[in-house]
Amino acid sequence: MARRALVAALLLMACATPPARAERLVVSLSNHRVAVTSNFTGENLVLFGTIEPDRPRGALRNAYDLVVTVKGPPQRLRTRRKDRVLGIWVNVESREFINVPSYLGVLSNRPVSAIANPEIARRLQLGLNNIILTQRVGADFADTVPDDAFRTAFVTLETQHGLYRESPGAVTFLTPTVFRVAIPIPANAPTGSYSVDVQLFAEGTNVARTNSALEVVKTGFEQYVAEAAQNHGLLYGLFASLMALVIGWFGSVVFRRD
Amino acid sequence: MQIYLPIADLPVNIFLVLGMGLAVGFISGMFGIGGGFLMTPLLIFIGISPAVAVASVTSHIAASSFTGAINYWRKRAIDIPLAMMLLSSGILGTATGVWLFTLLRELDQLDLVIGLSYVTLLTTVGALMINESVQAELRTRRGKPATLRRPGSHTFVHGLPLKMRFKRSKIYVSAIPVWGIGFSIGFIGAILGIGGGFLLVPMLIYFLRVPTATVIGTSMVLTLVTMASATVMHAATNHLVDAVLALILIVGGVIGAQFGARTGQKMRGERLRLLLGLLVFAVGLRFAYELVVQPDELYSIRLVGSE
Repeated sequence: MARRALVAALLLMACATPPARAERLVVSLSNHRVAVTSNFTGENLVLFGTIEPDRPRGALRNAYDLVVTVKGPPQRLRTRRKDRVLGIWVNVESREFINVPSYLGVLSNRPVSAIANPEIARRLQLGLNNIILTQRVGADFADTVPDDAFRTAFVTLETQHGLYRESPGAVTFLTPTVFRVAIPIPANAPTGSYSVDVQLFAEGTNVARTNSALEVVKTGFEQYVAEAAQNHGLLYGLFASLMALVIGWFGSVVFRRD
Repeated sequence: MQIYLPIADLPVNIFLVLGMGLAVGFISGMFGIGGGFLMTPLLIFIGISPAVAVASVTSHIAASSFTGAINYWRKRAIDIPLAMMLLSSGILGTATGVWLFTLLRELDQLDLVIGLSYVTLLTTVGALMINESVQAELRTRRGKPATLRRPGSHTFVHGLPLKMRFKRSKIYVSAIPVWGIGFSIGFIGAILGIGGGFLLVPMLIYFLRVPTATVIGTSMVLTLVTMASATVMHAATNHLVDAVLALILIVGGVIGAQFGARTGQKMRGERLRLLLGLLVFAVGLRFAYELVVQPDELYSIRLVGSE
């Protein structure tokens, strides 16, 4: 639907005379697969791209802005708040965040607020404050205002864990039309497929958009252990206890003193 | 050197975890306990979620109690029939504990229950142990025997029916308290990630009058079986046992326990119990502090599921 709308818009722009200036984004990711191995401590991916006119000899503008939004596989998370009950701190209230990205990186060449006006930023979901985070409040589903206490706490906690980030310096323009984006994948990044949404702005309006994807996978031993634990819990448990017993026995033999 | 834990989903320093295993193993060997009540809080402290910590520590305790049990077996210091009786209900207690663990986690109250139980158990048991050993110390100072013998003193426990004779321990008691003790240790162990040795040994001594010759060995057999089955049950129901974490802890724990046992044998029993009492009490206070003082961060996030 969105793509069809975009195509229609592009066609409209192409047919219009005199031709409006229009751009095309060409991007390439340094690596589409991040492998989580036993010594994985995070990785930095690089996205390279150029801004090209969509027709030969088309004109380009002088200054562009770029916002890249990277989203990890969706999750359902519960945010809980502690309150003092009878002198001790207990989880009392909680909200469930539904279908929210497990990783969220908003990378741009300057602060999002300077790139687009608040109305456009909200419509295009630019920045941590404008991304829709659906909450379940009782039986209702809604995204509350950006300064909702649970939403703020959720974003703050995810930012502290390194999973949510807004970096206004992550996009570097090497020439006015060639750019490099540093995408940090932290050590605790969940496995699954990540979407990379690249949006180009000029004079406050969105002029081009493209996307890419990457995958974070556990490989080798890590994947084997995680899958065994999830799919063959009983066997995995038996193996873990057996391992404990064998090492325990081994210890008593090695250190035997008589 | 960092290593990525596949279930806990975070990288940890392998030497830090190995060191923790060694230190707790040393203490557990010294006092003849599993050390779960120290290991679980330590793991939570380095950022591992309480649920994964509790589930993974069970296999660590199984390993260290197996090492201990083999040593006691060689010295013929295990009362097999008594251990079997304790086990028959211990397994049932463990299963109930794992079930409640799952339920509490669902209700977001697992951390609170773990915290409250630690405070209650550790401060009470710690205070009792300190009191006991200080009294003993005072008696020795006055030139009397350290341990007070109360031959023939009977409590309500000895009036219960279904009496059984345990030859190696030279006791004749009802099966009801034996089952009760086994069940409660299995239950507490599964919820709190502790072997319960520091609770079981006093219970066996005070309620059943099990002699010191067989009490530790027998308690280790119970700990071993309840913890090994807790590992299996936690893995099968909650999928939270981190085998990589467990492996590092076990290796450290088994080595540490050997050195701890040697140090422990050089110390007097009363002094040893005083030290253990202080340690248990201190850990209890630490948990109380956390519950009462306002936390820096009131909010916390828990993963419910992927979509």
